[in-house]
Amino acid sequence: MGRAIAFLTRTRNPGRVDWTDLLAYAYLVLGVLLILAPVVWLFVSSFKSQRALIESDPRFLPYEQVTAVLPGSSRPVNLVEWTAPDGTTRILAQLRLSGANVVLADPAKPDETFQVPRRDTRPHEIVRARFENYSEPTLGGGAAGTFRFGLYFGNSVFVTVVATLMTLAISSMAAFALAKYRFAGRDVFMLLIVATLLMPATVILVPLFIVVKNFGMLDSLWGVIIPGAATPTGVFLLRQYMLTIPDELIEAARMDSASEWKIYYKIVLPLALPAIAVLAILSIIWRWNDFLWPLVVLSRSETFTLQLGLSSFKGEMLDATHYLLAMTVLTLLPVTFVFAFLQKYITTGIANTGMK
Amino acid sequence: MATLELSSVRKSFGATNVIHGIDLAIAHGEFCVFVGPSGCGKSTLLRMIAGLESVSGGEVRIDGKRVNELGASERGLAMVFQSYALYPHMSVRKNLSFGLENVRMPQAEIDRRVAEAARMLRLEPYLERRPGALSGGQRQRVAIGRAVVREPKIFLFDEPLSNLDAELRVRMRAELGALHERIGNTMIYVTHDQVEAMTLADRIAVLRDGRCEQFAAPLELYNAPANEFVAGFIGSPRMNFLKGTLAAAGAGDASVALAVGGEVHATGLTAAGAKRPTAGEPVTLGVRPEHLQLVAPGAGQADMKVDLTEQLGGESYIYGSLAEGATLVVRLAGQTRIERGQSVGVDFAGSSSLHLFDGEGKALARRTA
Repeated sequence: MGRAIAFLTRTRNPGRVDWTDLLAYAYLVLGVLLILAPVVWLFVSSFKSQRALIESDPRFLPYEQVTAVLPGSSRPVNLVEWTAPDGTTRILAQLRLSGANVVLADPAKPDETFQVPRRDTRPHEIVRARFENYSEPTLGGGAAGTFRFGLYFGNSVFVTVVATLMTLAISSMAAFALAKYRFAGRDVFMLLIVATLLMPATVILVPLFIVVKNFGMLDSLWGVIIPGAATPTGVFLLRQYMLTIPDELIEAARMDSASEWKIYYKIVLPLALPAIAVLAILSIIWRWNDFLWPLVVLSRSETFTLQLGLSSFKGEMLDATHYLLAMTVLTLLPVTFVFAFLQKYITTGIANTGMK
Repeated sequence: MATLELSSVRKSFGATNVIHGIDLAIAHGEFCVFVGPSGCGKSTLLRMIAGLESVSGGEVRIDGKRVNELGASERGLAMVFQSYALYPHMSVRKNLSFGLENVRMPQAEIDRRVAEAARMLRLEPYLERRPGALSGGQRQRVAIGRAVVREPKIFLFDEPLSNLDAELRVRMRAELGALHERIGNTMIYVTHDQVEAMTLADRIAVLRDGRCEQFAAPLELYNAPANEFVAGFIGSPRMNFLKGTLAAAGAGDASVALAVGGEVHATGLTAAGAKRPTAGEPVTLGVRPEHLQLVAPGAGQADMKVDLTEQLGGESYIYGSLAEGATLVVRLAGQTRIERGQSVGVDFAGSSSLHLFDGEGKALARRTA
């Protein structure tokens, strides 16, 4: 904690605040706000009631209209705060509107009604976080009955983990060959692989769909995983990093009687770890957030990933924004943890310390 | 037993030939040094022996067996790289044992060999460290240790000392020599440093532009260089060369008319090579700085104006220029009073050692001390 404070209060010259410090911190605070504000807004809004969200309540905290069921009635009515002309306020039940006036009654004595100008009343609201937004879609109950969080989560985890492992394996092997072997056509292959980056995903969407369909992988998670397992970005990223691994290390391993496989997983992979961590993070984020391709391949709800499941909250006949926001928060958590865990590997470059 | 034979070994990268057919035979237990200026192909030749570069022509034989088609991992050799090439993500112990694990050696034997090498190279305190936490000399010893534990047929060294500072280099040089004494394996050592070559080698191969100029024992290279290149490359400061014409040539003597004026009549010559010196042909006279004598002006075959004197205490070097821009270095034992700008005479004929090279640089005749 002390170190964090020391870090956050650093200045250009120790003990003195320069005008450039002010500028720098202003810029940083602005950056933090720009990035963090939508996330915070999402998080707070995920506790709001459906009504507040439909009304686009601009207030930051989750306010909720207090209602009460009056004796002799089954329907809940809204409570309002009425400011009497003498300045006192009372909490009353709002029975109905009557022109510019509103008909009120004391909740304890619902038969004694009286009219007051509408401008003297305002809704009686309290701040309440609706944890139901979270509990109902995950544990069942409420209006979120068809949303099967556990299933979708499992599907998403399976797709993300398997696809990322495949991407890492394929990309690192291809990158090793392209970075460290001399063979005819190497540069052509590299160019072809990188050139596929220029192809927008939407252009190959239909051909890819036909291929997946003919392989019988529609409505299967493998249909989501396999087509994207080899990414040109991954090959390019790892290859560029592996170029920095000295050739002599690989030659030394060869002199040490290591097989090419052994060189790959005992020398090249550990040394390319920072780049592999980057690719792992990217792949996990891509796969976890992927929406379009799973939407094309998957149509049975048993195979839905979380992202597809979320889309079921927003339909022609349905607006469950409160669930959508809450589940979006839950969906964000795993990637956040993955990033927090893997980001330290990005910075630990150890590749060159064994030389000279 | 491990012998190495190269017969007309060639290497080309595309259309560029870098090794033009080299023949060498290295006996078991021999310490052989490849020496030459940078770009002469000595490292390439070593890498071809190691199996890291393919052989474009000719044959590499280890113990009489052709190994051209064997990969580096199958030849049973070990190499110490110029950059050490230690695995940065492994501890020193893992660095040493990696090669042994790859050949599926029993763990007990691995431990024994690693412990033995660590003791021999004084690496015991550092076994659990990563290479990044070692000094240059320690890394160098790990690199050597990695080769030693393999107990290879042949050790290959690719300029292993060039990254060390001068003092450490001298010490490691001595350690390498001692290592060779102790384990007695065949070693091939590449360097551009002739001091390393002279002190370590049993035999030296002097390479130039992908050709072997001479393959002989260090002192033989010094005393009887086969050509002008070897004569100039071995020895520091380098041999003095003076252009001239052969005025007369007998069985054991010759007269050279120097281009700078003056004539040197040398006696006691022995022929080197098959070619007979003939009068009138252009020759180069080679004399090492330590074999020249300074005399009074006019008393020698040429007079020299002193440009620079270097006094090292135990010895002194006089750098001077003759007529027509020819320069000369003379080594004097002890200290000298000769100063810059002074004029001195140089006596070639009285030199204890003289070399005559023909127009193509080949040795014609020499007189050795």
